[in-house]
Amino acid sequence: MTTTTVGAPTPQQPAADTAPRPRTKSWRSSIGLGVVALLSLLIFGLTTQAGSQTNFVIATNSDFVTLPSLTLPAKLAAVSFSIIALLLAGWTAYRANQYRKVGLWLPIVFGMAVMGALLTWAGAGRDNTTIQLTGLLTSALFLAVPLVFGALAGTLCERSGIINIAIEGQLLAGAFLAALVGSMAGNAYVGLIAAPIAGALVGLLLAIFATKYWVNQIVVGVVLNLLVVGLTSFFFSTVMTDNPDLNQALGLPRIDIPILSGIPVLGPVLFNQNLLVYIMYVVVIVLQIMLFRSRWGLRVRSVGEHPKAADTVGIKVNRTRIRNTVLGGAVAGLGGAFFTVASGLAFGKEMTAGKGYIALAAMILGRWNPKGALAAALLFGFADALRVQLGIIGSDIPSQFLAMTPYLATILAVAGLVGHARPPAAEGTPYKK
Amino acid sequence: MSDTSVTEKPADPKDGPGDDRVRGVLRGILESSTLVVVMAVVASLAIGGLLVMFADEDVREAAVYFFSRPGDTFSAMGAALVSAYTAMFQGAVVNPSSETFVGFIRPFTQTLTMATPLIFAGLGLGIGFRAGLFNIGAQGQLLIGAALGAYIGFAWDLPWVLHLLVAVIGCAIGGAVWGFIPGFLKARTGAHEVIVTIMLNYIGLNLVAWLLTLEAFQRPGSNNPISPEVADAAQYPLILGSQFNLHLGFLLAIACAFGVWWLMERSTLGFEFRAAGSNPRAARTAGMSVAKSYIFVMVIAGALAGLAGSAQVLGTEKVLTTATAGSIGFDAITVALLGRSRPLGTVMAAILFGGLRAAGPTLQVQAGLPVDIVFVIQALIVLFIAAPPLVRSIFRLPAPANEKEVAA
Repeated sequence: MTTTTVGAPTPQQPAADTAPRPRTKSWRSSIGLGVVALLSLLIFGLTTQAGSQTNFVIATNSDFVTLPSLTLPAKLAAVSFSIIALLLAGWTAYRANQYRKVGLWLPIVFGMAVMGALLTWAGAGRDNTTIQLTGLLTSALFLAVPLVFGALAGTLCERSGIINIAIEGQLLAGAFLAALVGSMAGNAYVGLIAAPIAGALVGLLLAIFATKYWVNQIVVGVVLNLLVVGLTSFFFSTVMTDNPDLNQALGLPRIDIPILSGIPVLGPVLFNQNLLVYIMYVVVIVLQIMLFRSRWGLRVRSVGEHPKAADTVGIKVNRTRIRNTVLGGAVAGLGGAFFTVASGLAFGKEMTAGKGYIALAAMILGRWNPKGALAAALLFGFADALRVQLGIIGSDIPSQFLAMTPYLATILAVAGLVGHARPPAAEGTPYKK
Repeated sequence: MSDTSVTEKPADPKDGPGDDRVRGVLRGILESSTLVVVMAVVASLAIGGLLVMFADEDVREAAVYFFSRPGDTFSAMGAALVSAYTAMFQGAVVNPSSETFVGFIRPFTQTLTMATPLIFAGLGLGIGFRAGLFNIGAQGQLLIGAALGAYIGFAWDLPWVLHLLVAVIGCAIGGAVWGFIPGFLKARTGAHEVIVTIMLNYIGLNLVAWLLTLEAFQRPGSNNPISPEVADAAQYPLILGSQFNLHLGFLLAIACAFGVWWLMERSTLGFEFRAAGSNPRAARTAGMSVAKSYIFVMVIAGALAGLAGSAQVLGTEKVLTTATAGSIGFDAITVALLGRSRPLGTVMAAILFGGLRAAGPTLQVQAGLPVDIVFVIQALIVLFIAAPPLVRSIFRLPAPANEKEVAA
């Protein structure tokens, strides 16, 4: 992880309780991963009936080569997946013993192993049902879209030192305006253009209150969420209900990218999606490069880590923060278009349903880093898709517990159990000359 | 949390040196803040009025021919505003059109009933703000407390008085446990309480949703996610007779407000909380355990949020559903902010927002306005309150000399 090597000369920690620790071996993450892996072995590995089988379907009709559906001996597979997870936890412990960190790949592979165990366990002994792997991944990616945009918005703002709790409001505002403008124009793509404007407006409000009036950024964020919920619900129940023409269900068509979409498994998942998903790929890549490889990114990060130093070398701290917050709002607003025009739905009251807060969690889990945010958002999207799929095949796990997993994962992450995440140092502190 | 500007209280003059400066700040707040609060409410109601006019069908119809007959538009606007604010008044304060005294006074008692959970939760959040903890988790703490209290209420069979007492304590314990988790994590690992409490809200909601799928929590012979009604013995008695909904929870809330005042202003523990909030390093140097303060603050805040849950399940609603918490947890944040984290202010702010809430149904029926307008007004009030310079520039109020000190 490179985020902790941001070049700030030992920035002052704003929160006194996170005082720099002495160089000690941190066993937290290995213990955390170990416990999860053991649970996986105990629950998914050992309770699976011996001799039962799980069917995985991984092919779709459009592939070049049609892969046969995969049938695994359930108990063996679930135990093996759990043992892989255990080994990874062991590897983390080994690295911790050498005072070294593990890369981002580890939690991802770990998560995949545990998920593999879970899926095998859930599908075991159900001969008539199959686990639709491609379908699962496709819906995981699709459900992750607003989370990715939201987490990127959070990253943009927090890297410059503004805490953006208003992601939820920005998503909702984007969803609302996309539906409204798209319906007025009768074209979903127009809605896609309108969405970032709504998000940017919310971002602008946040930026003004945070930099000009020095209001606590968390307070403003929470209140802006309330304001956007109130405004959109109000207009939904009055103007949109009176004129149903202003709130139609429009949909973005899927765009099939030739050749690429023919790759087995990944092709239909990645390259047979609508325009918003492709924009998401571009935004993630551009932001990853810009934040860590460009002059602009260096300036943004310096403002977020040590504003006084940035100011001393002539960087306009508050102007940078305002720009970034507005830009972040626009990104989140674009993500809001997911709920209406990209999903082919009309606007509904509070339809973002807390996704903005999960995006915030994805940002933290992704360690304030676009590619990390992408990975974390995909994980959350996967958990969501899994909940739906297990609901269909009928599983013994109550769906509420699956719905809890992203939140539990986030708590474990911020409590430092799965790697240590450090936010930008000057986050949440208004800059006063 | 160095700039919880609005919630920070200037230290009492007797708290330490620098008396002149401190007293100056205090005077500055006293001089300006009441006016700012009033003006913020006025500005918010005005903006809410704009929305009302915009949404009104007659106004929009008249606006089509605005330039030929502007009078029509303005009279339609006026009519929309008058009907909205009349409905608000009749729903929240008193209803002059009622023929009986009960009907006349009923809206205000309804306001107090609505305010009760907000007082509880707002008090808890206020303690947190003053101790430098931004607790967004009242929602989850309330729900867990409500679940435990409701379970005691409908599943146990205890004599009168004792049953209510045990159920109320159950609510407080449930909330306290849910508050303990972020406090403990903050103290031990430095995990940011905002994130942890937000996550715990969702975990709590899912947990209660799951509990309500269990037979133990459902009505016999029913599969709906709704609990049986709590036993009569476990309900808060109605204090104004059966014609009104106002229950004993309100008096308990007021008592809690006194308790919190004593805790924060008169007790050693409260002093440590405030010290941890205004300067954790100094508090640590002075030998106080900031970590301990964080845990205690979150436990107390959680218990108070749990009591807010008791106002719901043992008072107004009498059953547990996933919607028990409504938006009380989030409203309580605005209440605590508006009340500047002081007990008296919190009670006042809770009554104001309780009034807005109580006016909701009347607005809907009488003026045909969706309840959501209440959220907008509420959010605007807090935004304005949080930024005194903004209110002053709107109303051209003179800025006090020590503006920077107050805002910082």
